[in-house]
Formats: sequence, C-alpha cells, structure tokens
Amino acid sequence: MTTAPERTAVRVELLVDQRWFAICDLTDLIPGRGVAALLPDGTQVAAFVDRAGRPYAIDNRDPFTGAYVLSRGLVGSAQGRPFVASPLLKQRFDLETGRCLDDETVTVQAYAARVRDVAPARGVARGRDVASARDVAPARVA
Amino acid sequence: MSAPEPAPATPTIVLVGHGMVGQRFLEALADHKVTETARVVVFCEEPRPAYDRVQLTSYFSGRTAEDLSLAEDGFMVRHGIELRLGDPAESIDRAARTVTSRSGLTVGYDTLVLATGSYPFVPPMPGKDSDGCFVYRTIEDLLAIEEYAKNCASGTVVGGGLLGLEAAGALKGLGLTTHIVEFHPRLMALQVDEGGGAALRRTVEDMGLIVHTGVGGKEITADGTGAVTSMALSDGSSIDTDLVIFSAGVRPRDQLARDCGLEVGERGGIAVDERCRTSDPAVYAIGECALAADGRVYGLVAPGYEMAEVAAGAIAGAATDGFTGADTSTKLKLLGVDVASFGDAHGTADGCLDVVYSDARAGVYKKLVVGADGTLLGGVLVGDAEAYGMLRPLTGSVPPVAPEQLVLPAGLGAPAALGPSALPDEAVICNCHNVTKGAIRAAVTEHGCTTVPEVKKCTKAGTGCGSCVKALTSLVNDELEASGVSVDKGLCGCFGYTRAELYEIVRTLRITSYAQLLDSHGRDGARQGDGCEVCKPAVGSIIASLAPTLGASGYVLDGEQAALQDTNDHFLANLQRNGSYSIVPRIPGGEITPEKLIVIGEVARDFGLYTKITGGQRIDLFGARVDQLPRIWARLVDAGFESGHAYGKALRTVKSCVGQTWCRYGVQDSVRMAIDLELRYRGLRSPHKLKSAVSGCARECAEARGKDFGVIATASGWNLYVGGNGGADPRHADLLAQDLDDEQLIRLIDRFLMFYIRTADRLERTSAWLERIEGGLDHVRDVVVDDTLGLCAELEAMMADHVAGYRDEWAETLDDPERLRRFVSFVNAPDAPDPTVKFVPERDQVKPDLTVLSGPAIPVRTLEGTASR
Repeated sequence: MTTAPERTAVRVELLVDQRWFAICDLTDLIPGRGVAALLPDGTQVAAFVDRAGRPYAIDNRDPFTGAYVLSRGLVGSAQGRPFVASPLLKQRFDLETGRCLDDETVTVQAYAARVRDVAPARGVARGRDVASARDVAPARVA
Repeated sequence: MSAPEPAPATPTIVLVGHGMVGQRFLEALADHKVTETARVVVFCEEPRPAYDRVQLTSYFSGRTAEDLSLAEDGFMVRHGIELRLGDPAESIDRAARTVTSRSGLTVGYDTLVLATGSYPFVPPMPGKDSDGCFVYRTIEDLLAIEEYAKNCASGTVVGGGLLGLEAAGALKGLGLTTHIVEFHPRLMALQVDEGGGAALRRTVEDMGLIVHTGVGGKEITADGTGAVTSMALSDGSSIDTDLVIFSAGVRPRDQLARDCGLEVGERGGIAVDERCRTSDPAVYAIGECALAADGRVYGLVAPGYEMAEVAAGAIAGAATDGFTGADTSTKLKLLGVDVASFGDAHGTADGCLDVVYSDARAGVYKKLVVGADGTLLGGVLVGDAEAYGMLRPLTGSVPPVAPEQLVLPAGLGAPAALGPSALPDEAVICNCHNVTKGAIRAAVTEHGCTTVPEVKKCTKAGTGCGSCVKALTSLVNDELEASGVSVDKGLCGCFGYTRAELYEIVRTLRITSYAQLLDSHGRDGARQGDGCEVCKPAVGSIIASLAPTLGASGYVLDGEQAALQDTNDHFLANLQRNGSYSIVPRIPGGEITPEKLIVIGEVARDFGLYTKITGGQRIDLFGARVDQLPRIWARLVDAGFESGHAYGKALRTVKSCVGQTWCRYGVQDSVRMAIDLELRYRGLRSPHKLKSAVSGCARECAEARGKDFGVIATASGWNLYVGGNGGADPRHADLLAQDLDDEQLIRLIDRFLMFYIRTADRLERTSAWLERIEGGLDHVRDVVVDDTLGLCAELEAMMADHVAGYRDEWAETLDDPERLRRFVSFVNAPDAPDPTVKFVPERDQVKPDLTVLSGPAIPVRTLEGTASR
C-alpha cells in the first residue's frame, strides 16, 4: 500500500438509496468499535471498522430492547464473519447481513459500506476501494 | 401397671432426640420407605431441628443457625414425620408402650428409638453454678456465651480436648483473654501423643492463648452479684476470669432409659446389641447415648451415623451389617491448626514401631505407627494434616512407599502420584458418610455425574466435615478423564486457555496487545480475526491489571485498549436500558462532606438526573446522555470527585459503619480503615467487580461478611474475611486471619487480591473462585498467609505498582481533547443530542420514556442539513 498524500482524507461511505453517502473520516473509527451516525432522513446507523480496516454499517436500534445502542457494542468475528454484540443483552448481529446470530427470526437493516480516498484540496475524488467486494449492496432484509 | 394397650392400626415409630444422629436415622427410614407405611413421631428438646453440631464453632465465624441446619427444606412434610420441637420426652412406659412428653402428650409406639445424645460433664467444683459458667453443646449455649462475653475481658475453658480447644477458639474470637485448663499433662490427650501435644501447645500459645496443663480447677469464686471473678487451680495458683466454659468431656444421656428399667452400662450408656437393640426388643438406642456391642460409647458423629443406618435397616427388616465398632479417626482444624489422628494412634499393638517427623519451629509433628510387617496401623498429624486423606484409607495395608516418605514435607516426601488414585476401591474417602472410592467412581461411571457438586449430591461424600473434598475432586476428575469426558475450559471460541492461563501468558511473555495475544495464542480459526465480546474485555482487564507491572499504559481509553472494553468502560459510565448512562462518583468509605453533597445535588438538578442512594453508600445519578458525560464530570472533578468505577470490573466501594469515633459499641476506627482501603485499591481491574466493607465491632453493621473482602474490628485489631457475596447466590465470607494490625491487614489484602486476580476465571467472583480452586480457603491461606508458593513478595510488589500507578480516569479524560471526541451521540452531528433518549416524570424525578423505543424506528427529521456532508 502506498502512503496517502498528506492532504488526502479517507472517508467512510454508506450506500443509501442507491447513492454513496459519507458519514465520517476513517480516523473517527477505532478498529473493533463503532460510532452512531445520522442519515439524511434522520435514521440512526451504527458504523464499524474491523481489524483489517473493512467498514460495515447496520441499524443503530437494538431490536430486543428498542434502544439505539448497537454502535456501542463490541465487534468480533466467528467462523470468519464479522459481528457486533449488543451492549445491552449481548445478542450478536452479523455485520454483513444484519441477521441476529442468536435468534434467526430477527434481522436489522445492513448497509453497504466502503472507504474512499478524497483529496479535498484539489476537489478530485480518487476512488480507492479498500474492500471492493463489499461495494455491492447486500440483499436488503426487512 | 395396666395391661398393654393394643397397638394402633398404623405402626408407630417414636424417635426421642433430633440431633445429627436422629436426623440421619429419619433419612435412613425414608430411604427404606418405612415412612410411607408407618407413623413417625419425633420429640426434640431443642427449639430447632437437627443441626451440624460438629461445625458449632463456625457459628461464631458467621455461619447462621440456618447454615448449620441438617434437614433439607420440606423433608419432614414430604415424609409425613411429626416433629415436636421444644418438647422433650419425659417418661417411657415400656409395658404400655407409650412415651409422654413435657407438654403432656402421650404417644403409643410399636418401636421406640432413643437418640438422646450426651450431656457435658461438669466437674463437681464449688461455685460451678455461678453466673458466667457455661457448657458448650448447643446453639443456645453459644448464644448465651456470646451475649455474656460482651461484658467480659477474660475467659477460661476447663478441658483441653477437642471441644475445649474449639470453645477456646470461640472465646478468643470474641476478643477475650483466654485460658485453657487441662487436667492431663497435654492437650487433646485422647487423640494425640506427647510429641503431638507439645507441637499443638506451642502453636496454641503462639496464638496468644494461655495453656495450663496437669492442673485441675479447684474452686470458682464469684462476686456479690453471683458473677464469676476467678478460678483457683489445684496447684495453688489462681486465674482471674469473667467467664468459664466447662468442656471436660461428655456423658451418655441415659436417664430416660434408666428410669424405665432398660439395661445400662456400669459407666453409663444404654446397652445395645449389634443391631442397636436394647434389652427391650421394641426399643433401640443409637449415637452417643448408646453403649455399643463392643463395650464402647462413641462420641463421634460417624459411628453414630452408622448406628442410625443399622437401626433403620433393622426396623425396615433389611439385611444390613450390624454395628460392631467403628474407626475413631478424626481430622479437625482447631484454632486454625490441623490435627488428625487415625487408627492405632497411640501405638498399642504388639511390636509396632513409630516413624516420627517433627519440626518444632513450624509447629509440625507427624507420627505413623507401623506394624512389624510394615502395615500402617495408625498415626497422629499436628500442624500439617494434608496427608490424612491418603493415610487413613491406607491404614491396615502396607503402603506402596516407605513410611518415612509419607511424613516428610511436600516436595521431600512421596511423589505426588501417590494421591487418591493409588487407593483401592474399598478405601473409605468420606469418613463422615462412609463413602468408598468405589462408590465415588460409580457415581461418575454409572450414575452419569460430571461435576463434583453432582457427585456430592449423589453420594453425600464431602458433605460432612468437608475434609475429603480435595481427594474427592481429584478422584472425580481422574474418573471423568478416564471416561473420555473432556471439558473445554477455554475462555471462549477464540481462546482455548482459561483466564488464569492467559494472565500467566501475558505476564511472562509481557504481551501488551490483544491482537498480539490473539494471533499468538488464539485458537487456530480465531487468529488474525476480530476476537469476540467475551475475550476482549477479559484480556483488556488482564492487560489493565498488569499494565503497571509491564510498564504499559493502564488507561483504559488508550489505543487498542479502547476497543476491548465493554461500553461501560468505554464511556466510563453505566449504560441503562434506554441508552442513557448513570454516573457514580467515588465516596470513599461512604464519608462525604456537606459541600460535596451539595455539588452532587446541584449537578443532578442542573442536568435533570434521577438520583438514588446505592447499596454501597454512594449516590448514583441516572439519565445522562453520552454527550453530557464530560460536562457533568468537569463539575464533579472540579469539586474533588473521582471516578467510582461503578462501570468497571474493578473495586467498587468499601462500605463502613461509623465506628469507634461515634458509636458506643465500636472498638476500632472503621471509617478511617474503609477510606484507606478504598483509596488503596481504587481503579484495580479484576476478573469481576470487587466489594468490601469494614465494621467497627462484631455487630457487623457494615455487612462485611457479604463482601469479597470484609474487615471486622476486634478489641486487638482486625479480622479479615474473604469470599463473601450477596446477590442471587449469597455466601458469608470465611475468616482468613485474625487480630491483624493495620499493616498486617493491608499486606494480607494486597496478597489476597493479587492472587485472586491472577488465578480467577473471567467473571468469577471471589466466592465462586474460593469454592472452585483446589484446596479452597486452606490453599489460599497457605499461599497468602504462609507463603508456601513463595509468591507473596511478587504479589505485594504488583499491588505496590498498582497503587503508585493509579490515576483518576475521568480527570485524565477531561484533560485530553482526543479522548473527549468519542463523547458524542452522532459522529456526523457532534452537537446533536440523541432524540431517542427521553424522560417522563415520576415521583418528582425523571424516568426513561420507553414509548420512544417501542415500535418501528422513528426517523429524526430535524438534522438533515447537518447530516448530509
């Protein structure tokens, strides 16, 4: 990997209504932890980045308690798949599909996420898909 | 006398006496299903059902009467047994076959069982009926002694036998200067020989007890009010004493039997045959009131239990072995000293020889009696009875190694391999319940038990005095292993190691990063992965505990550490059900100035927080949003508050009572000690939360025995209790050491906590840890008091590192803009509050508005502009 130019910023973007929407800089995220962000319509999402630098996003609302707290859970991996454990009652949610690993009848919405280099000074965005495979939005599950 | 009345249609069994043996008899009757067809009536003199008299003294170290109770809940009702408490049998009419009680009830019987036990022998000494003279037999005796001792400075126990030493320990525990007067030339003359007696005496005297042997009490002097003031001894000397306990042996309680003409022995005891039947075939006698067929009266519980089984079997018509005599082996912990004697302890057999190991400095004395052909005949162990569990079952056989190997200290003696696995199947492991090694193995192989508690329940082994639990555990584990049952003890799906093993790995390899540990020591499939929510906080806690020693940063929000913590540790506050947080400032010892109370009140009012007093003598402020936490803490830190670590697996609080300064009963300054301890251990990360308390006197208002480490003041210092717990599975803490000065107390707590942190499993409180680890409390005492592992210096140094490295997490957070960045509700709208954290009024304060959280997600429309960059 080459060192990014000094003035380059790396953004975390989510696919919302067929458009990539930037929620924060990659440096705002600590690997293994999440942040909450607001989408244009006021929806709360929980965004995470794993140890390898791959970004993920799911609904922030914990369906078991109704509280908007999934962003405060801990990220882990099981059988190679990333998950977040709710900080309230510890149910695990798959970060790629939003499926609850402890109760198959429960699913939260998952969003496609990517990180992207931008060079604001020149006004030119240089696309660099860190995880190109994840640019394809996963099947949305209600 | 009138003609016998016809027996009632349902056969009736009357039991006189509901002590340990009586209860065992009832259980055996139920096992034989006799209770299904017969009416069973029990007369009991004491006001409470059978309790564990063997453990009587533990009442003083906090076991309650309920703890000591032997009959499980509902036993009597389930088996239709009529138990008449506080109503002793007063007469027996053998011709009419009736028993009449003190309350006047007359019950006809088909079979009568006498289990009246024994009574304490009080020597015919002038003044023996003065106020302040007691015997030591029942819970009521103990209650009376405890009450009377409150106004006493000194006490004397007449009798230096087994019970006498127990009584002396109890008096010392009550803070009295304690004398022991023993007529024989040595203590415990019945059980130990001269060498053992000398070792015992040295140890007992080192504890501050005053021992007078070879003398008897001659006369007790009382003051004008009739209260004891002194005791004159047979050698012409005199002891000033405010209280006297007679513990000079027991006598069979056979008066009822004498009165109705049953045959009794010359020196007392109701004569019985091998089936425990008296001279009247309708009447049985069992336990300490009986003179067994071998001409002996047994004063131990195990032979009593055997008689109970024999009698119940005989009544049920079952073919059981008779009672022809019993092994009188004993192992006890008296005043913290292990004493054991087994087999032919005094070497009375022809041609037998002694093998003796004696270390007067360490207070250890061991003697084995060996026959001419090498057979182990018996022995005496004082000061170190570790080998008892192995030696007693070997008695009667030729041991597999030379006898001298068996008495040498650990490391020099027999190889560890000579454990319970070397014993034959017929060897009795649990002497209290007469459970053989074969029965324990069968519990695993045939009854499917897979844990020690299951085996205990199945076989009753280890549920008496508990001295065999270590051997039991090792047998069960061996058997499980042999059956191919392998239990994965790994921490989680990511690590195959236990928390204690990971602690050692981190400590010895000086690993300071979770990723490094996962990639080097994780399970195969988990390496290079992201770990999980189980091991991340556990490893984070290990690294935080060891950070001062490893020279790493102990600050939990630093670098990679930040990603390991549960949300509570991450935001240094406690997550509540609606996503808001609560805040608990540290209030050391529960002592707080009016000025600080006002600050808490003002902060709560200004931020609209719900306030509640906690169980740990602090104040919890509920309902803060993430983004409010730094502003709230800025004001609290400014007023001198620090983090209370209510969010962490760490020291929570050290509660205290008001102590000697104000309380008329207090004997030490409990508040000062509580503050000292709380400030010393604040911020200490551990496998689970740690709670503590300090009480200023034995009244224990601070509830220290419900804590992980509790301190209770005595007239001469502090008693330290460990392993207590409240919550769903309450447990009283066990006494670890007595009468410590301030420095000794703190040093011992340092060692205890560090040893716990080092060896406990994840989320394992000290109570569960103490019950799980091999050797239990004794092992912990060996390690932290006697330093048998040579670890104490290291444990103390680690605690010193912790104390030196402590910094307030909230003050540090407020000083660092980078760390403060995470305290926002939304990363892309740092100034926007979370609209889902809402409150409604209740009882003049607020509570979470849960209607906001129910139903489908509620979109927030006010922030579009902010969110769209």
